[in-house]
Amino acid sequence: MAGRGRGRGRGQMTFNLEDLGIGRGDSLPPTTFKPSPLFPPMPVQPVPLQTGEEVEYMLALKQELRAANKTLPFYIRRAAPKRDVDRYSDKYQSGEPKDSAIEWSPGHPPQVKQPKKPPVGKEEILTKLETLEKNEETVNSEEEEDGEKKKANEEEEQPEEEDYEEDFEEDTDYIMSYFDNGEEFGGDSDDNMDEATY
Amino acid sequence: MTAQEVRLCGLLLQEHFGEVVERIGTHLLRGGAQNLRTIANETNTPLDLVKKSLCVLVQHGACEFGSGRRGPGSPVEYRASCERVLRVLRYPRYIYTAKTLYGDTGELIVEEVLQRGHMTMSNTVKTVADRLTHNMEEGRSMEYSEVVSAFSKLVETHFLQRCPPVAEMGTAATSTTPATPSTPAAPASTSPPTAESNPDCYKLPHVTLIGRGKRRRSSDDSEEQRGGKKAKMDSESCGDEGIYWLVNFERFHQHFRDQAIISAVASKLDQTSSEIVRTMLRMSEVTTTQTAAYTQPLSANEIFRSLPPNYSISRPILDQYLSLLVDDPMEFVGKSGDSGGGMYVVNLQRALANLARATLESVVQERFGSRSARIFRLLLRKRHLEQKQVEDFAMIPAKEAKDMLYTLLSENLVQLQEIPKTPDHAPSRTFYLYTVNQLPTARLLLQHCYKTVANLIERRLFETKENKRLLEKSQRIEAILASLQASGAEPEQLTEVEEMITAPERQQLEALRHHINKLDSTENQVDETVFLLESYIFSTKTK
Repeated sequence: MAGRGRGRGRGQMTFNLEDLGIGRGDSLPPTTFKPSPLFPPMPVQPVPLQTGEEVEYMLALKQELRAANKTLPFYIRRAAPKRDVDRYSDKYQSGEPKDSAIEWSPGHPPQVKQPKKPPVGKEEILTKLETLEKNEETVNSEEEEDGEKKKANEEEEQPEEEDYEEDFEEDTDYIMSYFDNGEEFGGDSDDNMDEATY
Repeated sequence: MTAQEVRLCGLLLQEHFGEVVERIGTHLLRGGAQNLRTIANETNTPLDLVKKSLCVLVQHGACEFGSGRRGPGSPVEYRASCERVLRVLRYPRYIYTAKTLYGDTGELIVEEVLQRGHMTMSNTVKTVADRLTHNMEEGRSMEYSEVVSAFSKLVETHFLQRCPPVAEMGTAATSTTPATPSTPAAPASTSPPTAESNPDCYKLPHVTLIGRGKRRRSSDDSEEQRGGKKAKMDSESCGDEGIYWLVNFERFHQHFRDQAIISAVASKLDQTSSEIVRTMLRMSEVTTTQTAAYTQPLSANEIFRSLPPNYSISRPILDQYLSLLVDDPMEFVGKSGDSGGGMYVVNLQRALANLARATLESVVQERFGSRSARIFRLLLRKRHLEQKQVEDFAMIPAKEAKDMLYTLLSENLVQLQEIPKTPDHAPSRTFYLYTVNQLPTARLLLQHCYKTVANLIERRLFETKENKRLLEKSQRIEAILASLQASGAEPEQLTEVEEMITAPERQQLEALRHHINKLDSTENQVDETVFLLESYIFSTKTK
């Protein structure tokens, strides 16, 4: 009963089709079988870009600025995600900021007088020196290439760490392997017991 | 703050300051003024990261803080400014303008101050001198005095100005004040003080900076730096602590606007007329406020005296040129009186409106063809037209005119105005008039431009991400090459390293670089349109 009118002409609808502007005998636009294409062909091509010395200079400026921004202290990265286990090598590889709460100064000394000055320890001076160094380096090395900068920063990070480590370990002038603390004494094989002991 | 603007601001913040600042920034832009706790809770970021991001935003002038809405006792509220973030797109243009006006020194000064938000004069001078020294040959270095003179020239012509003094906060209990200097100054005002409200905003501090730029040696980095750092830690103060300088964007915008007017006159008329207009604009630089509709009247005698010496035209010819400029339908120059040989003004507001109109017309022409552009221009001139009249005036056959009008209507560039003849708005008894309103259409186009730039940035990020592996590989190889060259390796080793990138990879890299350059330079170009439309819309607001 419901589909009776289907085979004869158009289906009946509740509103008058002529009001919409589709009169009798007018051809309807072709039915679509799929969604409209993602990149439809453009009827008119766009005007080509401007070229010239000025344009290229500004382009180079833009790219340099973008690269330089990554090295300034204003670029805030999230703390590196914690790995599942604390590893021994973490102590020696602090290339990424492990913790977002590092000592951070945006490039000019703070003017506000704090009511309580925090006790200045040796560690804080060292970390402050590190960040100030980074500031100096970043400002001066803006002219260098990206790769070199990244590589240079990473390389500088590591020799600095090693310098610190060497300072801590080698307080004496003696080679560490030279010292024999006697733990091996008495652990020799017992095969030479027939040698006389004096 | 429209959705497109917020999206574009988010992308710009992400590129320049990282994801954390982007999250905080977009949250502030969408949500209006908020205090610290609200921001931290709603964005799920730890408090110290929020503080740092707010510091960065305030340092760059993108965010302002003020006392809360509930009175002086409520916590400090932060407000982000969409406009300021969008300026980031225009940085290359500012730097290039500084270069054309004040040479390399000026360029580096403006670049440093833009990158750092605001800086003291002594800091800027030292950094710029070091950078210039780095680029010079061995044995030569840059004097501080040269940099200081470039800096003072920039301040005199108002391209740099002092930071506004920070209003005193009610209680220092909420220690969320960021690292800007808080001078114990002005009484608490409801609106944040602008830079212009400071009477000293263009006064140079009395600082004697004597010295030369230091060349940084790449070999003995760490030792020197560490030794040098100790000395710096003892805070060598140069006497201008607390006086920070920032870039005066409005002045740069004035300069761009003047340039646009001059080049329009040059392309429409000729070089001499553009020189005359340039002279007029130069003379009225200091006497015109930023939002003035036209410059102060200048007499023809004054203009004649101030013409540049290489443009020696005689007095009657100057008069002819001026009358040509006044009669031109562009209406850039107007005559406001007859004393002194004729008083002439440059109609800034009308010039901007005409430039915006030309932009709209050119957009329609490029997207829909010259006949649609003809219809568009017709509607701009004649305001309201019926469909029949459009066909007649534009001399386009009815069917095509109908088609084009409907296309323009669907793109919202043309609006339909109904004028009913009878109280029941019966369609058969109503006039339907087509019309174009310049201001709303300009706003629409501006939003399209913001969307365009945001799409360009996203596409560039997508391309970079797709080829990340290749880019990293090429960077590593470049670094290896550079270090090998620095340590003096043989050419065979160099070629061996270079061959680590295969030929198809090289091609891919080339194509990638080409695409990224294209996208970047398109962003710069769209920004020029954005500037024109923004200036036009701003000039109509202040009435």
